[in-house]
Amino acid sequence: MDFRFDILVEYIPFFVKGTLLTIGLSLVGILIGTVLGLLIGLGKMMRNKPIAFLCSCYITFFRGTPLYVQLLLIHFGVVPLLTGNTNGILASIIALSLIAGAYISEIFRAGIQSIDKGQMEAARSLGMNHVQSMKDVILPQAFKRMIPPLGNEFIVLIKESSLASLVAAPELMYYGRALGSQYFRVWEPYLTAALIYLVLTTSLSYLLNRLERRLATE
Amino acid sequence: MIEVKNLKKSFGSNEVLKDINAFINPKEVVVVIGPSGSGKSTFLRCLNLLESITAGHVTIEGVDITDKKTDINKVRTEVGMVFQQFNLFPHKTVIDNIMLAPMRVRKLSAEEAREKGLELLRKVGLKEKADAYPDSLSGGQKQRVAIARALAMEPKIMLFDEPTSALDPEMVGEVLEVMKQLALEGMTMVVVTHEMGFAREVGDRVLFMDGGYIVEENEPKQLFENPQHDRTKSFLSKVL
Repeated sequence: MDFRFDILVEYIPFFVKGTLLTIGLSLVGILIGTVLGLLIGLGKMMRNKPIAFLCSCYITFFRGTPLYVQLLLIHFGVVPLLTGNTNGILASIIALSLIAGAYISEIFRAGIQSIDKGQMEAARSLGMNHVQSMKDVILPQAFKRMIPPLGNEFIVLIKESSLASLVAAPELMYYGRALGSQYFRVWEPYLTAALIYLVLTTSLSYLLNRLERRLATE
Repeated sequence: MIEVKNLKKSFGSNEVLKDINAFINPKEVVVVIGPSGSGKSTFLRCLNLLESITAGHVTIEGVDITDKKTDINKVRTEVGMVFQQFNLFPHKTVIDNIMLAPMRVRKLSAEEAREKGLELLRKVGLKEKADAYPDSLSGGQKQRVAIARALAMEPKIMLFDEPTSALDPEMVGEVLEVMKQLALEGMTMVVVTHEMGFAREVGDRVLFMDGGYIVEENEPKQLFENPQHDRTKSFLSKVL
């Protein structure tokens, strides 16, 4: 097996561009997904039945169908309906945010519900209201427990952003596939892409590990 | 100070408190004893509405807390509670545990809250632990911090829900000592406990609960030495 470094060198600028978009898609997906996840997670825990039901439906749909299907629906259906045009990057951001929101909402809910109910009782017995107790007592503790599963979800999101190449968003895998089909090569583009994804995901888990250790209370 | 009328509490179809009538006078230390499952903890938790009340009325300082219009958060600032499992906030240091509610609810400045917190820690003998996290404390120390945290709100009434039941035996004394001190200072206290020695020594009145009722109540000496009711006699014969 020969390994042609020359074509890799030729593609360096594209890999750089693609990696930057991969990072961008993932970051935006993580940010919007986290905000969405908090809202949906809190919504599902509300006593208001209709809101809780809607949030439940949202989670069921976006967690229960493949990202690829969602991406095609959004790319060819939703985005043209809203803007009149297809837009691969926009569709990818929407799809990644929505699916991340569904998973992250369950992470939030599990994190909040894992906190001993005595904590809420103690805060309330001191005269703090529900919102104060959530903000000062429950959420800071829940957040610490959410870091490992959130890290998992962020890593999954980075990897799943590769599907954006299928709707022509020019991220890392898009250029990987372009290189592969231009030169009819397999190892160079896909091993390179795999390596770059590995660097991204391991850097992220390193950062999250450090955060977790900084928040330790002993 | 506290008046309880025809209080009933059910969990689903299980009626835990059947018909409770009681009063607690200012500066009085009332000790609630009884077998497990008798409803004594539930009774205590109804007094600050940690349990919703199924029927009846609880009046604290003239305010009916079962009234929908009552601001329960305001009532709770006057009624401190100490839990069996301490329930300290593990992500906050000891002093931050104590400062949180006075700052958020009483709107004290950080300096005022800290000063008061340190004074209370001195009172419970833990001033040097101000900046420690709860996880590094022993059970007895945790409970003393929890008492200081409740006192920081300057409540008029203190509720103790089996405060020494989760402690190793050698740590029970230090917590009871703090409670005794508090009683001597004139705090109104309702204490659910299995510590009969404390009931006898510190209590002004003892309520014996069984099966969701207050079966008997009397001064400690009378109740322990001359119980009137068969169920009281049978319970006391097992614990004394």
